[in-house]
Amino acid sequence: MIPELGQFALILALCMAIILSIFSIAGAARNNTDWMSLAVPLARTQFLCLVIAFAVLVYAFITNDFSVTYVANNSNTLLPLQYRISAVWGAHEGSLLLWALILGIWMFAVTLFSGGLPEEFVARVLGVMGLISIGFLLFLLLTSNPFERILMAPAEGADLNPLLQDFGLIIHPPMLYFGYVGFSVAFSFAIAAMLGGQTDTSWARWARPWTIISWVFLTLGIALGSWWAYYELGWGGWWFWDPVENASFMPWLAGTALIHSLAATEKRDIFKNWTILLAICVFSLSLLGTFLVRSGVLTSVHAFASDPTRGVFILIFLGVVVGGSLLLYAIRAPALTSTGKFSFISRDTFLLINSVLLVVVMLTILLGTLYPLIIEAMGLGKLSVGAPYFNAVFVPLMIPVAIALGFGIFTHWRKDQWSRIWAKTRMAAIASVVVGGLMAIMLVDSAVLKTAVGVSVALWIFITNIISLFARRKSLTLGFCGMSCAHIGLGITIIGITISSNHSQEVHKRMGPGDRVDVAGHTFELAKISQIPGPNYQATEAIINVYRNGEIITTLRSQKRIYFARGNPMTEAGIDAGLTRDIYVSLGEPLEGNDWSLRFYYKPFVRWIWLGALFMGLGGILAASDKRFRLKRTKKSAIIVDEDAALSTA
Amino acid sequence: MNPRRRKLLITATFIVVGVTAATLLGLKAFQENLLYFYSPSQIAAGEAPQTRSFRAGGLVVEGSVERDPESLIVQFVLTDTVENITVTYDGILPDLFREGQGIVANGNLQADGKFKAFEVLAKHDENYMPPEVADALTKAGVDMSSGNGHSQK
Repeated sequence: MIPELGQFALILALCMAIILSIFSIAGAARNNTDWMSLAVPLARTQFLCLVIAFAVLVYAFITNDFSVTYVANNSNTLLPLQYRISAVWGAHEGSLLLWALILGIWMFAVTLFSGGLPEEFVARVLGVMGLISIGFLLFLLLTSNPFERILMAPAEGADLNPLLQDFGLIIHPPMLYFGYVGFSVAFSFAIAAMLGGQTDTSWARWARPWTIISWVFLTLGIALGSWWAYYELGWGGWWFWDPVENASFMPWLAGTALIHSLAATEKRDIFKNWTILLAICVFSLSLLGTFLVRSGVLTSVHAFASDPTRGVFILIFLGVVVGGSLLLYAIRAPALTSTGKFSFISRDTFLLINSVLLVVVMLTILLGTLYPLIIEAMGLGKLSVGAPYFNAVFVPLMIPVAIALGFGIFTHWRKDQWSRIWAKTRMAAIASVVVGGLMAIMLVDSAVLKTAVGVSVALWIFITNIISLFARRKSLTLGFCGMSCAHIGLGITIIGITISSNHSQEVHKRMGPGDRVDVAGHTFELAKISQIPGPNYQATEAIINVYRNGEIITTLRSQKRIYFARGNPMTEAGIDAGLTRDIYVSLGEPLEGNDWSLRFYYKPFVRWIWLGALFMGLGGILAASDKRFRLKRTKKSAIIVDEDAALSTA
Repeated sequence: MNPRRRKLLITATFIVVGVTAATLLGLKAFQENLLYFYSPSQIAAGEAPQTRSFRAGGLVVEGSVERDPESLIVQFVLTDTVENITVTYDGILPDLFREGQGIVANGNLQADGKFKAFEVLAKHDENYMPPEVADALTKAGVDMSSGNGHSQK
């Protein structure tokens, strides 16, 4: 009976979403306060229903209820409890339910933190979010029901894919989804502003903290995924330009453009149209990402077509969201005139360059990701786009973004003098080029130019941001600190990517117990290979002693596991992590006798990639907590924002 | 032409030249990195490119895996049940590489007719069949109605 309760809660949530969107949007249009006042309680009820539905599915996993198809396909009695819970979002149906739940959480958050906003605006926002919920809940109930039962319940489940049995994968999908779905708030704010015919920029100010927080979740979610791939896939890579990764990276790029563009729109009354388009674009990419990853379309266009209801539903849903919002935009755009004027040398221009470049980068990735799907769908053959394409377009396009960043933070809004900017940034420019060049020469290696450019660009970001922080030390706001922190994080990530990509060393070697190999000044000795039982797998463990200058510095363990339920092999890498280098060992395959193939990696500065993401996340949290975003309630329930704070920069 | 117009013209020219150059470079990189898929039958028929990298895929023939006793060099045969192609690879094969399993390899044709792989891919699921391989087998006349793949990640 309990799974049916989940089913019932989902249907109830759908009903709430339908009533919510009708009453709040119509109520706002007809200025009917009674109807609009229903929005908040309905949204909260919908949230509650989704919590119940989700809890029911979690309960089914915990109690090993294999009469539920989804549980039987993705769990197993031997699976440890924490993975039985994370298995809830381990496959298609459950991850869509998580998506719907997170949308409910964001709606609940909007009802909590929008007390100071005009009633009709809040009603419209919740109404639009309700419409999105309708789409998702219908998709769940009609094509991907997680509560579906099997007539003859199997005694044992099929197990969770062993790759997903890992701490990183417990938190990676929820983080990513909080990011994806969070952009629905910015999207709904933009749609609500257009529905209400709002031509001012107040919506941009209200949307900013929401957008920044979503971006923080997405940033951390992507970083977690990359870190997981690094230690779990067993061959030391942290980014593969895989379509699944691209699906999360595209909304991040567009989202980064959006937070910058929102700042310009709010402060200067410029780029109104562009910002609204970006808000639509970011959320559409989030939807596209969810579907690309979860519909099976990436495994094969045929898998997509093999379940036509899902495929058709997805296309219709995307079409309605993108088409509907663009149609609304086309109707409302003529009224959206940006009043702000700015000259060529101004912060406004730098922000425009930044967001245009980020969108161009996003489009090149979109091309590389969708092209193989389109070609295959048209029956023109099968092909894939290699990682070198993405590197070849991504890196050169990001260099001007980083350079514009350093100039942009020193430039005044509206109008500035080039000579003034250059006087402030000259030292930073010279220092970063000289130091970057020297470092590249010191690292006597093949990739001198790439290292020099990467390190120079990162130093340029560090120095300019630190100087600007220092120059403003008397009037620092959280917003400004957050911006600098996130920019410095970008620099840290650039250092990590540049040095680890160009100066890593790797050796693949056939070894037996007692054999030694030298990699980057370290000697690795395969000490022992033994069999170790696990809860739901059997492991072969290699113990590797690492020596430097004849002294042992660490002992690493790498395992090759065979999971019982599906007979899947898995590699657990042995990693000695450090701020300036990682030492990484993983077992390859068993060869004749007692020999194994092993992978050894020396990866300098690889941790900086994820460390930078943490800085970006922290910066986002600081910026979103700036007091200028705090809404104040007045008698008329209108908005007054702290005017001192409004003078600061974000 | 007044100075303001001239400035505008120069700026516009820069933008147009920059965008064109970037687009051309991007499309060139794109063209160079497209990896087309060829089945053993297509390779046997001489359809696969001789100089450019491509993807080859099929089932690993049972008993065809030969390892060099000293190094990591390995050789195996891929089949679509009609034609075969011998693949050589110097490196560590993925966890799910097994005889009888469907795999995809990226690499080049060598003068001796063997396919030299620089990357061997086997998806992380024992039921999974790379879509290209499934398609190639269907074309070669194998019934592929059983066992569809699970999505990853």
